[in-house]
Amino acid sequence: MFYKRKVIMVLILLRRLGQTVLVLFIVALISFLIFRYVGSPVDNLLAQEATVQQRADLEEALGLNDPVYVQYFGFVWKALHFDFGNSYRGALPVAELISSRLPATLELAFTSALFALILGVITGIYTAIRRGGLFANLILSISLIGVSLPTFLIGVLLIWVFAVELQWLPSFGRGEVVELRWWSTGFLTLSGLKSLILPSITLGLYQLTLIMRLTRSEMLEVLRQDYVRFARALGLSERSVYFKHALPNTLIPVTTIAGLQLGSIVAFAIITETVFQWPGVGLLFINAVYFVDIPVMSAYLLLVGVLFVLINLAVDLLYLAIDPRLRNSQLGGES
Amino acid sequence: MKRFFASDFFYDFMRSPVALVSFLIVLFLILSAVFAGIIAPTNPFDAASLNLMNGFTPPMEPNLFTGDVFWMGTDDQGRDLFSAILYGLRISLFVGAMAVALATVMGVLLGLIAGYMGGWLDNLIMRFADIQMTFPSILVAMLIFGVARGILPPELRDEMAITVLIVSIGLSEWVPFARTVRGSTLVEKEKEYIAAARLIGLNRWQIMTRHILPNVLNPVLVIATITLALAIIAEATLSFLGVGAPRTEPSLGTLIRVGQDFLFSGEWWILLFPASTLLALALSVNLFGDWLRDKLNPRLK
Repeated sequence: MFYKRKVIMVLILLRRLGQTVLVLFIVALISFLIFRYVGSPVDNLLAQEATVQQRADLEEALGLNDPVYVQYFGFVWKALHFDFGNSYRGALPVAELISSRLPATLELAFTSALFALILGVITGIYTAIRRGGLFANLILSISLIGVSLPTFLIGVLLIWVFAVELQWLPSFGRGEVVELRWWSTGFLTLSGLKSLILPSITLGLYQLTLIMRLTRSEMLEVLRQDYVRFARALGLSERSVYFKHALPNTLIPVTTIAGLQLGSIVAFAIITETVFQWPGVGLLFINAVYFVDIPVMSAYLLLVGVLFVLINLAVDLLYLAIDPRLRNSQLGGES
Repeated sequence: MKRFFASDFFYDFMRSPVALVSFLIVLFLILSAVFAGIIAPTNPFDAASLNLMNGFTPPMEPNLFTGDVFWMGTDDQGRDLFSAILYGLRISLFVGAMAVALATVMGVLLGLIAGYMGGWLDNLIMRFADIQMTFPSILVAMLIFGVARGILPPELRDEMAITVLIVSIGLSEWVPFARTVRGSTLVEKEKEYIAAARLIGLNRWQIMTRHILPNVLNPVLVIATITLALAIIAEATLSFLGVGAPRTEPSLGTLIRVGQDFLFSGEWWILLFPASTLLALALSVNLFGDWLRDKLNPRLK
């Protein structure tokens, strides 16, 4: 019996992995099609006055006359070795452009995720415990407006108040950065940290409201359970009931949702980075869209696609590991 | 019509201040956009009526030449902001509505086909929907916009920008429609009236469009309202980022983008008025959509 269950678990895992590979295959196909057919690799490498012969030679050299599937696997093979071709603008390798800007985006995403998670859980607990209280209701109403506000407008308003009027914080860029080999960090200088504040709030605000609402509803759900009533009946202090007994049980769904949101943080970083002229991958992408820099767009799609698919896979596996009911329902689905 | 005013729906509507106020704001904004040509004191696209001497006029100050008051001031080129906002509102609402229309038609059709036909077609459509849902819709819209720009010849890029914008936002929002319609179609197609329709020899297309479609449309209205808010925000975001409506046809997002540049030199009104208009629009469509959802179809939550 135990043995059989293990086999089935492995089968589920294999099927999930198979789906993941299929999705990755399709994402790679789309970004290949964009790379190959939307942009014209030849036009962007040759001067305007190139002869027909030169064009033909280059097409042959680039392998553009090979069968499409050969080109596709060539594209995937190169991408696996972080070779995405050269950018149409400035002719730098796309991989180099992306890796030089990745630290900025990752630091921003990390800071805002941390900000959203910590403040979201705290306000979520507070609004659950003080349900109906004046301050709790105030937080909830503000969060409702926060959800409806477009991200870029939040950024612009923050710049207006804190950078233009009060002049407390810088309005654009990363400030001073310290180069640590291949990583440039803004965490080590005062101006770097100051520059992080406004973009992180802008990027994290939506996730913050989401996490807050989720924590609140989970907490309210848990507080209705019998074991919390028994804990109270035992005479445990309110603090102990809330934080030792109720809180741990709300954190599982909260962390999974927060994990799922990591992907959209990276996507919405495009907007935040543009508002604050933050030199990250998102700004690179939006400039690529504007100037129709196809290799950068296709590489970005591929990177973000891989990231999203991996995050989804991790969350699914986590659910499987945590929730036994899910395993059983999957078993039912198998037969 | 009389039946509508006597209905529970209308009764609840009149007694919900949130629904009433948000609906009135939306209605007011739509009417101002439709009649922008009559209300606006000047035509912001008419370069001949602009004068650089009027540039950066603060709100409530007069035009140097005609003495007319600029209620909301002017931008760097002396363009009347009030008129620009009315026309911008028109573009924002137009793009939003057309994108939702496209997403609705596409999603409903694909959902119907997936649900009724089943089999590999269903699998293909829904797996594609799953993959698209992995990506945030704003990212999908940006990608489609970029690809469309790549396909279009450079001289057409600005001219076609609005159309491209509608298509990219529309294509990025069809999935919720398809999923809901597919679900209801799966339920409907097992019912007896469909078996009867099959028996009298109607073909699949007739059954899908004449018999199933009217019965699965109920939740579509709710999703469309909520999607409208999303589409308006998506349009504003893309235009703000510079990959949407061009400066020659500014939407609210474009106006905010322009306004941000002048924030540092103290011309706050170029940002404030377009931003508050967008805020009022997005917030009220959102609130009205939420109310509608709670009223008509709480399950969609």
